[in-house]
Amino acid sequence: MEITLNGVNVQVEDNWSILDAAKFYGVNIPTLCYHEGLSPYGACRLCVVEIGKGDRTKLVASCLHPVKEGLNIRTHSERVIKARKMLVELLVARCPQSKILQDIAASMGIQKVRFKPKNDDCILCGLCIRMCEEQMDAKAIGFVSRGVKKRITTPFDIKSDKCRTCGACIWICPACQLRCQGPEADTVLCSSCLNFSPSCLDLYEDAMCYMDPCVACLEDKKIKKENEKKLKSRRKNK
Amino acid sequence: MKKVRNLQDLETLRKSILQEKYSEKPCIIISEKSTCCYLSGSKEVVEGFKDGLKNFDLENQIDIKSTGCLGFCEIEPIVILEPKGIVYQKVKKEDILEIITETILNDIIIDRLLYVDPVKGKKCKTEENMPFYKKQRRFVLGNNRFIDPLVIDDYIAINGYKALATVLEKINPEKVINVIKQSGLRGRGGGGFPTGRKWEYARKAEGDPKYVICNADEGDPGAYMDRSLLEGNPHSVIEGMIIGAYAIGSHEGYVYVRNEYPLAVKHLENAIKQAEEYGFLGKNIMGSGFEFNIEISRGGGAFVCGESTALMASLEGKPGEPRAKYVHTVEKGLWNKPTNLNNVETWANVPLIINRGADWYSKIGTSSSKGTKIFSLVGKINNTGLVEVPMGIKLREIIYDIGGGIPDGKKFKAVQTGGPSGGCIPESLIDLPVDYEKLSEAGSMMGSGGMIVMDEDTCMVDVAKYFVNFLREESCGKCVPCREGLERMGEILTDITEGKATNQDLELLEDLGGVIKDTALCALGGTASNPVLSTIQYFKEEYKDHIEHKKCPAGVCKALITFTIDENKCTGCGMCIKQCPQDAISGEKKKPHKIDQDKCIKCGACYGTCKFNAIKRK
Repeated sequence: MEITLNGVNVQVEDNWSILDAAKFYGVNIPTLCYHEGLSPYGACRLCVVEIGKGDRTKLVASCLHPVKEGLNIRTHSERVIKARKMLVELLVARCPQSKILQDIAASMGIQKVRFKPKNDDCILCGLCIRMCEEQMDAKAIGFVSRGVKKRITTPFDIKSDKCRTCGACIWICPACQLRCQGPEADTVLCSSCLNFSPSCLDLYEDAMCYMDPCVACLEDKKIKKENEKKLKSRRKNK
Repeated sequence: MKKVRNLQDLETLRKSILQEKYSEKPCIIISEKSTCCYLSGSKEVVEGFKDGLKNFDLENQIDIKSTGCLGFCEIEPIVILEPKGIVYQKVKKEDILEIITETILNDIIIDRLLYVDPVKGKKCKTEENMPFYKKQRRFVLGNNRFIDPLVIDDYIAINGYKALATVLEKINPEKVINVIKQSGLRGRGGGGFPTGRKWEYARKAEGDPKYVICNADEGDPGAYMDRSLLEGNPHSVIEGMIIGAYAIGSHEGYVYVRNEYPLAVKHLENAIKQAEEYGFLGKNIMGSGFEFNIEISRGGGAFVCGESTALMASLEGKPGEPRAKYVHTVEKGLWNKPTNLNNVETWANVPLIINRGADWYSKIGTSSSKGTKIFSLVGKINNTGLVEVPMGIKLREIIYDIGGGIPDGKKFKAVQTGGPSGGCIPESLIDLPVDYEKLSEAGSMMGSGGMIVMDEDTCMVDVAKYFVNFLREESCGKCVPCREGLERMGEILTDITEGKATNQDLELLEDLGGVIKDTALCALGGTASNPVLSTIQYFKEEYKDHIEHKKCPAGVCKALITFTIDENKCTGCGMCIKQCPQDAISGEKKKPHKIDQDKCIKCGACYGTCKFNAIKRK
């Protein structure tokens, strides 16, 4: 089966998801609620990609969407990046202490979080629940309630007999496994590991580059100068 | 009870029912058996008429038929006196004696019980004279008038189950699908997917067993057409489902109905039992060898369970969370088997199409939207109720001709269509023809057909805030944009209504709305920002007034309004002092009063009670 991935025609297996195809060809798509060993859930929406042609394009979760013959996929279009940045902003505002989230925010060049920090511990990605059910065969924890009141706990909030305290849930958690000590009360974003460089989107309308970490264009002095010029004139215009 | 074996049998049965029950006897039709009627005291009226007729020894000469909702909920309980068709509105127990002695025995019409058209001030004797009914085409809902929902014979008498008998005897499943395709029927639950095509996919999908589901999880605030259909004419939904199941090749069906609709559940249970007795459900339906059974599953009250995949998860006993529909439910739905889900109203349209033909049906409506649609017309409107109109009718006709306009001479401001995740359509677009495409072009949607009319006293920011908060509570909380995004939207909107927001916040609100629309997992999230985006699109000035001038032009947002007393108008009557719960108003008798702004909680009690328009709200 052939698909178009960021303008390149590539061969893929029938049973792959878009994310599988992207991974196979070395295209980096950020994910949070996805794990190779667990069934895809499609909740964090960070892995959205743009599919379709012309005016009829839409964003889909790449971890769930199967590949189809002739599918035209853009993993880093302007629309995708705009959506991803907003989602990360929402998540960091909910959970500023997560190092993984802070790193994703930094790698995307997010410089400001416009929402009030909530300092929650959990981003409700459901990885721990699926880990417990699918790999540990325990089903000791699950979601309770819905909407803003949704949370993860044991049945009736009491210690569960099913839980063998194996710690797999803690191991897989993207929010509580690595704590970020950086964020201060008024900034939300951590600046210590932050690698400030203009993201490609500031320079190109539609960034099709997915090198991670970004290297080539910034290392080349000539291109670097040109880019700085572009950036300056663009800021002026704005 | 003798089972009906074929079309001929059914016809014989129908004739015997007509002979037995429907002689030329006069009949009193009372809208009783629906939630809205019960609330208006219809039960007492029915009891009253039974006793009254007995006292006058008329019980054998006059029939009483208690029906479901007749649509015009504003004037319930409605009593219609056949054969003349005289309609009495808001009938109370005390009126019954008068109706019997005057109208039934002496043919004198009681003036005060007649409906008065709010526009022209004319009294209307019959349904035909009422402007509310004039522009409607009540093919689906209209049958409620002829049926006692607990009596299957009433449904058979108006050609009920004839479509099923015809299909089973004369039309093969592929042809049934073709008829539905040709009719142009589209899903009435909101999505507007062509029903015939859905059936075709479900028929072609591989997997066994296949399931048929009726979505009766109607959760939109202010929408109740599905409830009224189930309460008033449950057999039409059941008949539609059986025909659909036959076309698709399914033998198991579910009706997923809200537990908050106990009357609908009761009527449905009764209808299924009666249909089984006649052999319309169960094994070997009408001698055709086709088997189909329906089970009722009651929903726990989550709005999101009206979304097809969440509904199926809930049916399976899992939490009602939607999943991505990249693989459609017609291929992998309930228990991963091919599943065809349609809304109550869609199912109720099916027998109609079979009986009257696809050609007839496709002539009603616009090029892309066919047939009629039931809307629940609520809010600031004179004639509250359920209206069934042909697709393509203008909003103006619904609001002014059928709805009778806005009460108290207020100005029309906007109409919110499609339930909480629909958009607000402003006055400038009031001549918009109502169909699936036109509504979504205007930033709203058909949805399940809620239509909330708003007048000049409505603050659009406050409306957006209300709907966002509703959806925030009802979001399943699975995906980030819907769960986190809606909460943040709510925060920003609250800031705006409290005068704390800036223009950047408004930009952020718009951006956020766009991202939620783009990235949310299901239709709830995907449309959740509609009320915000459409109000920003059409009422940006109002947002600006809140943000830049810290004013709420409609006088709704408490933080931005103050109540003051106009000294020239105040007569010092003291009524406001009595009403004020905070003792914020002071003043001597017959001298102008004053409001202490520090104590005032802006409840508006004084504003409502002042007879001299002396209290100013700014």
